[in-house]
Amino acid sequence: MAVAVAILGSGNIGTDLMYKVLRNLALELVGVAGIDPSSEGLARARSLGVDASDRGVAAFLDDHPDVMMAFDATSASAHVEHAALLAARGIRCVDLTPAALGPAVVPDVNLDEHLDAPEVNLVTCGAQATVPIVAALSGVGPVRYAEIVSTVASRSAGPGTRSNIDEFTTSTAQSLETLGGAAEGKAIMILNPAEPPIMMRNAVYAEIDAMPAGQAVGAVYAAVGRVAAYIPGYHLATEPLVADGVLTTFVEVEGAGDYLPRFAGNLDIMTSAAVRVAERFAEGRAL
Amino acid sequence: MSDVIAPRIRLLDSTLRDGSHGIKHRYTPEQVALIAGKLDEAGVHSIGVGHGDGLGASSIQFMRSLHTDDQLLTAARRAIKRARLAVTFQPGIGTKRHLERAADLGADLVRIATHCTEADIAVQHIRLARQLGMDVHGDLMMPHMTTPEMIARQGRIMVDAGATGVHIMDSAGALTMSDVRARIAAMLAEFGGDAEAGIHAHQNLSLAVANTIVAFEEGATLADACLAGAGAGAGNCQMEALVAVMEKTGRSTGIDLWTLEDVADQIVRPILTTPPSVDRTTLTQGFAGVPGSFLHHAFRAAERFGVDARDVLVEVGRRKSVGGQEDLVIEVAAQLAAARQSAAS
Repeated sequence: MAVAVAILGSGNIGTDLMYKVLRNLALELVGVAGIDPSSEGLARARSLGVDASDRGVAAFLDDHPDVMMAFDATSASAHVEHAALLAARGIRCVDLTPAALGPAVVPDVNLDEHLDAPEVNLVTCGAQATVPIVAALSGVGPVRYAEIVSTVASRSAGPGTRSNIDEFTTSTAQSLETLGGAAEGKAIMILNPAEPPIMMRNAVYAEIDAMPAGQAVGAVYAAVGRVAAYIPGYHLATEPLVADGVLTTFVEVEGAGDYLPRFAGNLDIMTSAAVRVAERFAEGRAL
Repeated sequence: MSDVIAPRIRLLDSTLRDGSHGIKHRYTPEQVALIAGKLDEAGVHSIGVGHGDGLGASSIQFMRSLHTDDQLLTAARRAIKRARLAVTFQPGIGTKRHLERAADLGADLVRIATHCTEADIAVQHIRLARQLGMDVHGDLMMPHMTTPEMIARQGRIMVDAGATGVHIMDSAGALTMSDVRARIAAMLAEFGGDAEAGIHAHQNLSLAVANTIVAFEEGATLADACLAGAGAGAGNCQMEALVAVMEKTGRSTGIDLWTLEDVADQIVRPILTTPPSVDRTTLTQGFAGVPGSFLHHAFRAAERFGVDARDVLVEVGRRKSVGGQEDLVIEVAAQLAAARQSAAS
């Protein structure tokens, strides 16, 4: 029995999410709640037979008492308000904003850890891309230090990202430690305006000291395979390299092109991860 | 002699910041104190100190520095009496807490740098630096990669946020003299009434001093330079040569040339393990438009993968790399080696 879900936010992320949710058999999309009646997202929703509301989240939820789970693709400040509305109705939330009110989830690493949490957040796109690799290495042996460099196309970094760069690097670095298991983490973000736009790329450097190179590289390949199962455009750009106790690897993320362009892998990685989390919540309910 | 008083041009030294790239970030606090003290004596306007990529940049991506920002800034602060102590900051690398720490350590000026089309990521940091009581200049990197008009618009964003000057940072040393003219002219047409324009020239095409003079001819009143031409790639505009040319062309500097020459030759040159030069690799950087800071990374990757550093740099340039993408150097070298191997088999 598919679980009734709603999407809050009819911008680029909410609209891309809509296409992914409609494809997912475990989820039944009840509607999209936006605030701009002329937004393309709401128009697309209507054209697909999805209820598209521009009267605000509270009115939307009143109209749809069957909603069990919601994705918040609005903004950190709006999420604070939505979180209260959703909690009051017992609606689970997957938060794609940087509000970070609930625990962080990276599907490959801790998907089952917070199945009872009223809300979870997805940290950042950089975390989604790199924490699985660092966590896989931590499963083999101690990772003393993990550093990641996310490079994204300027066109895929909107005003929200641009005014939150510090938050991006700080929360990504923290997740390398708390979810990735590194003793110390660091994150760097670079924007590149090249045309045609570049695909999201992430360099991962892990100080693995005496960890056997074969096992380390094997763990990376396995992690990439698992992540690609829920983010099909996620792939290695080169084989992982090990030298002088440091493992270096580069992962690229190509978007599915559902609504966001293919180069916006940094946004697609969030919508894909969000759907995976919601799917797991839905399975959890069915058990 | 003309009665017109030209605006005073101020020279900002980067020996202890951009120069750090040239020695793989191995300055010691003692060297910093000595050189900063001499630069202060000579009368430069500001003295930049720290890792080549700025606050918080000591990392695997940008190479680790031998000493921390804290140690180097503390040594410099003690040694400087009248010049401004300057730090460099790149949003996406450093964070607000690095700015707060720099203010605590007594930094007077922050150079906040973004790629030349991405000034809006610096707005919150420019505002914070001003609130913390520091002066701010905006630095637009890789200015050869966009138009003079875009440079001017991006500079305006930085000025509106609180920058009192905006520099074009020719990170790849790829600008020709007419490129410089067009950009400085556009910048001053856009914000000349509200802020100063500056140039940070690199020597990769052997044009650094000339480019700096051309910038002055267009009305720039700020310029970065380094003793002995130290710096990333083929090095920065050589401070002593610039001062000499300025004096020969009737531009007063207020700087003592012989003091500069002495500290450059007696103290800085012995520290530069590889003297900056326009050679086949650094010339390739200028020609291909690749950041000078990639030089040692390219050598290291070329050696590791058995490929030619120039091939790596040309491909990195072809992929339109911006500053900060040192990881691309490794990936390109690895891919070139793999392609060569599969072509051979």
